[in-house]
Amino acid sequence: MSAIAGARDRRTTAPLPPLGSSWSTVRRVVEHRALQYRRTFRASIFGSFGIPVLFLTAMGFGLGGYVDRSQDAVLHGLTYLQFLAPGLLAATVMQTGSFEASFPILGGLQWNKVFHAMFATPIQPSDIVFGNVIWIALRLALVGAVFAFVIVLFGASRSALVVLAVPCAVLTGLAFATPMMAFTATQRTPDRFATLFRFGVTPLFLFSGTFFPIESLPSFLQPVAWLSPLWHGVDLCRQLMLGTVGDTPLLAVIHALVLITITVIGVAVAMRTVEARLVKG
Amino acid sequence: MSETNVAASGASVEPSQPRPTAEPAARRGPGADAAPLIHARKLTKRFGEFTAVDGVDFDVQPGEAFGFLGPNGAGKTSTMRMIGCTSPISDGELSVLDMNPRRDGPRIRARLGVVPQHDTLDNELTVRENLLIYGRYFGLPREECARRADELLDFVQLSDRGKDLVEPLSGGMKRRLTIARSLINEPDLMLLDEPTTGLDPQARHLLWDRLYRLKQRGVTLVLTTHYMDEAEQLCDRLVVMDKAKIVAEGSPRQLIERYSTKEVAEFRFAPGIQETLDGQFDGLAERIERLPDRVLLYADDGEDVVASARSRGLHPETVLVRRSTLEDVFLRLTGRSLIE
Repeated sequence: MSAIAGARDRRTTAPLPPLGSSWSTVRRVVEHRALQYRRTFRASIFGSFGIPVLFLTAMGFGLGGYVDRSQDAVLHGLTYLQFLAPGLLAATVMQTGSFEASFPILGGLQWNKVFHAMFATPIQPSDIVFGNVIWIALRLALVGAVFAFVIVLFGASRSALVVLAVPCAVLTGLAFATPMMAFTATQRTPDRFATLFRFGVTPLFLFSGTFFPIESLPSFLQPVAWLSPLWHGVDLCRQLMLGTVGDTPLLAVIHALVLITITVIGVAVAMRTVEARLVKG
Repeated sequence: MSETNVAASGASVEPSQPRPTAEPAARRGPGADAAPLIHARKLTKRFGEFTAVDGVDFDVQPGEAFGFLGPNGAGKTSTMRMIGCTSPISDGELSVLDMNPRRDGPRIRARLGVVPQHDTLDNELTVRENLLIYGRYFGLPREECARRADELLDFVQLSDRGKDLVEPLSGGMKRRLTIARSLINEPDLMLLDEPTTGLDPQARHLLWDRLYRLKQRGVTLVLTTHYMDEAEQLCDRLVVMDKAKIVAEGSPRQLIERYSTKEVAEFRFAPGIQETLDGQFDGLAERIERLPDRVLLYADDGEDVVASARSRGLHPETVLVRRSTLEDVFLRLTGRSLIE
C-alpha cells in the first residue's frame, strides 16, 4: 500500500475533492465539531440530566400537586406531570437548538473564524451548513434522549412511543436551529441574540402548550398557537408519549410536515447567508 | 512573455542575496517554463460601486517567491482572496494551477496553503489538534495527518507546545502554527497575506527564516506585505500596488535601480528650520523629497551629497546615509510613504 502511494505523485495522497457537497466533505465538519465538544462533554452531559430532573421535580411534582387536586377537566384525567413532560422535552430541545445555532455559529464566522479556515480548503459553504446542522441534530438527539430517559424514570410516559418522541423533539429543535443559523450568518455581534431570545424563544417556550393546554388561552389567541412551530412539536411529542397519536393521525402528520418544511426552508436560507458571509470575508 | 524575462533577469542581478536551490521554473530548462501557476489578466474585483482591484495583470511562475507590496487598502488582500478562490472575480481572467476559480474552487483550494491576514485557529483545540483537523479537511487519513502534524510542529519549532491550547500562545507562535497548518496538504502554492504584520522583530526573523527554507525547497510563495524589508528579504519578484492598480513590477533590486538611486542621504533639521530652506537643496542630488520631518536626497554617493550640503552651509541636526530601499521606490511611485 505504502509502496503504491510512494510511487505516485505526492499530491495524490489526498483524494481529489468533489465539486459539490458530499458526505465525505460534510463529515469532516461534523468531525471538527465533535472534537471541540469532547472538551465540554462532561459538563454538558451533567446539564442534560440536571435540567429535566430539576424541571420535572419542581413543576411536575411541586406545581403538579396543586394542579392535580383541582381535577381540571382540560387535562382529561392526566396527571400534570404526564401532561407537562412531553411539552418540556420539545421545549428544552427547541431552546438547545436555538442556542447551538447562535453563539457557536457566530464564533466560527466571526470570533475564531474557524469556518473561514475551512473555506480555505476543499470544504465548501454548503458543507459547513450541512455539517453544522447534522452536528446540532446529534447534540439535540443526545439532549432529547437523556430527557426522555429521565421522563421514563419519573414514570411520566404512558406509551412506548416515547422512543419516537425523541426524533420528533429533534425535528422541533431543527425547525428553530436552521432559521436561527440563517439569521446568525447575517450578524457580526451577538447583540440581537438577546432580543431574539427574550421576545421570540421565551414567549414561545411559555405559550405553546408546554405548561398548559392552548385551550386555556383566550379563544382569539388559540389559532395563534398554530403559528408557533413549538406548539406543533409539543403536541406531536405529547400525542406520542400519551399514546393518543392513533386518535388524530392526520394532525400528527401535519405537525411533522410543518416542522420539516420550516427546517428545509431554514437550511436553504442558511446556505445563502453563510456562503454570502464567507465570501465577504 | 515579459514576466518570464523579468523573472529570469531578476534572478541574475542580485548577487548579494543567497540563491535558492530550487530555481524558478523558467530557468530550469526547456519545457519547464510552460505554464505559470497563476495567470491574471485585467483581473478586477468590485464591491458595489467600489473597485478594490482594477484590471491587474501578473503571472507567478513555479518556484518563485512573488510579492504584492502596497499600503493598506491597495487591493492586496482582495487579490489574494480571488487567487484563494474564496472571493469570486468581478471581471477579467484568472487561472490558478491551470484551473478556473469560478468552476474548480475546491480542487484549486485542495492544492493551496493559505495563511490568512488574521489568525483563524481554533482556540478550543490544542496546537496539534488544529493541525490534525485541518489535514482532515483535505481528506487525508488520520495516520497521515498525525505524521505530518509532528513533522510540521518540528519545522515551526512548536513540538513542545503540541498538547497546549492555542489561546495562550504568543502572536508569533500562532503565526508559525498557521504556517504549519497551511503546509499540511503539501501545497503547490502558498498564499501568505501579511504574514508578519503585528509581530515583534525577533518573531518576524524566525518566521522569515522558515519561509526562506520553504522557498529553498521549491515551494512557490505568494505574499502580500507593507513592509519593504520583508519584500526585499523574501521576494524574487514583486509588484507594487497602489489604489487598486499595479504601478511597478520587477525584482527588488531592479525596482530600486529603476526608480531610485543607489544611496539616500536623510537630513533632519531642528523644528522650524526646514521650512526656511526653500531652494537651498537644489542641484545637490538627483532627486529630492521633502517629508514633514526630514529631507531625502537621492544620489549614487550619499557622502558626497552630505559634503556638498555642508559646504553650502546647511547644518542638519542628524544625517543618515543609507542604501535605497523599496520604501524609496514606493515614495517615488506614489508620492506617499508605505506606512503612514
